[in-house]
Amino acid sequence: MRALAWHGKHDVRVDTVDDPEILNPRDAIIKITSTAICGSDLHLYDGYIPTMQSGDILGHEFMGEVVEIGSKSTLKKGQRVVVPFTISCGSCYHCGKHQYSACDNGLPADNQDIAMSLYGQPMSGLFGYSHMTGGYSGGQAEYVRVPFSDVGPIVVPDGVPDEKVLFLSDILPTGWMAAENAQIEPGDTVAVWGCGPVGLFAVQSAFLMGAERVIAIDHFPRRLELAKKFGAETINFEETSTYEALMEMTGGIGPDACIDSVGLEAHGFFIDNVIDQIKASTFLGTDRPHSIRQAILACRKGGRVSMPAVYGGFVDKFPLGAFMQKGLTLKTGQTHVQHYMPGLLNAIMEEKIDTTFLISHTLPLENAPDGYRMFHDKQNEVTKVVLKPGLERVEIDV
Amino acid sequence: MADTIDPARADDAPLTTSKHRSAAADAIAGKLGTPEDGDADTLIGRTVTIKRPRAELYAYWRDFTNLPTFMDNVERIERLDDRRTHWTVKAPGERTVEWTAVVTDEREGEYIAWASEEGADVPNSGRIEFRDAQGGRGTIVSATILYDPPAGVIGKIIAKMFQREPAIQARRDLRRFKQLMETGEVATGARNQRLLDEGKN
Ligand SMILES: NC(=O)c1ccc[n+]([C@@H]2O[C@H](COP(=O)([O-])OP(=O)(O)OC[C@H]3O[C@@H](n4cnc5c(N)ncnc54)[C@H](O)[C@@H]3O)[C@@H](O)[C@H]2O)c1
Ligand SMILES: [Zn+2]
Ligand SMILES: [Zn+2]
Repeated sequence: MRALAWHGKHDVRVDTVDDPEILNPRDAIIKITSTAICGSDLHLYDGYIPTMQSGDILGHEFMGEVVEIGSKSTLKKGQRVVVPFTISCGSCYHCGKHQYSACDNGLPADNQDIAMSLYGQPMSGLFGYSHMTGGYSGGQAEYVRVPFSDVGPIVVPDGVPDEKVLFLSDILPTGWMAAENAQIEPGDTVAVWGCGPVGLFAVQSAFLMGAERVIAIDHFPRRLELAKKFGAETINFEETSTYEALMEMTGGIGPDACIDSVGLEAHGFFIDNVIDQIKASTFLGTDRPHSIRQAILACRKGGRVSMPAVYGGFVDKFPLGAFMQKGLTLKTGQTHVQHYMPGLLNAIMEEKIDTTFLISHTLPLENAPDGYRMFHDKQNEVTKVVLKPGLERVEIDV
Repeated sequence: MADTIDPARADDAPLTTSKHRSAAADAIAGKLGTPEDGDADTLIGRTVTIKRPRAELYAYWRDFTNLPTFMDNVERIERLDDRRTHWTVKAPGERTVEWTAVVTDEREGEYIAWASEEGADVPNSGRIEFRDAQGGRGTIVSATILYDPPAGVIGKIIAKMFQREPAIQARRDLRRFKQLMETGEVATGARNQRLLDEGKN
């Protein structure tokens, strides 16, 4: 099959590789019809995520048609499914509590050691996101092996276009959980740092959860415009002092809830040679938590901070004093995708949530390297790239 | 025996987490019974919580022929009689090491202890315990393994295999046991059989 493989920093290629196969009873093989490039994929592209190996197939936002099933899969051939990016077993203690991204069994036993060293306990597996998260081949490919297919993928009705449901795989549930973690109350003002896909879905979700005002912060005019379309007020942090503006715009109170959807995307995740260094714990100061710092300072006393943004290691100068003195609450985590999929699919079907506005470019899978370059270099115009397998490569100017 | 503090009396933590390795090993050896030849000097202990009933986990483990399903180093285990099994275990350089293990003590649903008989390539003994977990979380499973790598050249190779990261091996085996019991399968990141066979995760 054809698949987008990582070969190093800023070096991704569409290669011909051998097909996936059913290996475990609960597996299914999906023929991909649509797959997206995520902000998180850019960390891989920039070479910041450790434990990548040349030839690893990327992609954790994908959907398609069931073409093969293991003996314990509950899917049927021909069904259309969207696959959550978290690989979770559905039967462990954490899955029982719907903490799917904390699943005990999604990571192969040997791959759990790195997560143990870094985080104390291993997390769920992830598709196409380094060997630290399981070494699973991702879905920017023609086919993918999906473990635990009886509890992960959600079946979508025929006739609904891919574009409407594809983002159930990651960014829509992530934006939704971000708003949920902000514990929004009627009359609240919610500030959202970052108007990428996650931030924009957080804006939509915050309004649906009853926020009276949402203030969105970014520096790309086109992304701020999208936030404005959903009713948000905007701050361009290149033109305006974010803290001052937030204080003034909220009558000197500060936002009731702050959502950080920037994370290491903008600031880098500098873990070099992490494998060798984990044991020595020498990789201090790896993340640059600019936006989370600002969120904590701006947040009103007794307010809530929600952090969907990804951080990987340790941070310097975390304003722990402000956090404690103001009595803030912080909620975060990789998204428990499986928990949110059914409700959000309904919301899409009932047209309460629009996801298609986000897609700025649709390209053949064969053009995936162009897609990465565009999404990386032109964040203002390129808000989301969707890739389609099975199409001829086209010449595009990037 | 350099340690003067008896870790068993220092606090409530399991002996396997003691910083005083030899003291812990000695204390556990008393409880486990050492293998027939040699005094075992390396101790591994690991605990996992598995969301399945105690009786089920005990029964699966008590049939020793099941163990190679999740023990990576163990090539096969043959049943000799109800208490004795013959183990064939992978060693570096396409070699294998073997021993016969005998159940030395057991209580239905609670624990199983075994030890290698005389003539083992790597004298060893082990104990697996099953306790109900709090709050309906299933069963707490603790494995303790003591072994005594032999001397000589072969011994060195074997010691390397067993000693290099013995705790890691035990930990990984227990995780696979948990995966098998909770999900019915052992997780792999491999894309297909070829990559799985090559050990690519
Ligand atoms: N928790 C999860 O499970 C989960 C899932 C998906 C993505 N993520 C993470 O969420 C984050 C956002 O993802 P995305 O796909 O929207 O990424 P993105 O790169 O498209 O968006 C990030 C946005 O933040 C803006 N930004 C940068 N610095 C800023 C600052 N100082 N103040 C305000 N805005 C700033 C950028 O201009 C950009 O528009 C990433 O860290 C990603 O890894 C988390
Ligand atoms: Zn993503
Ligand atoms: Zn689970």
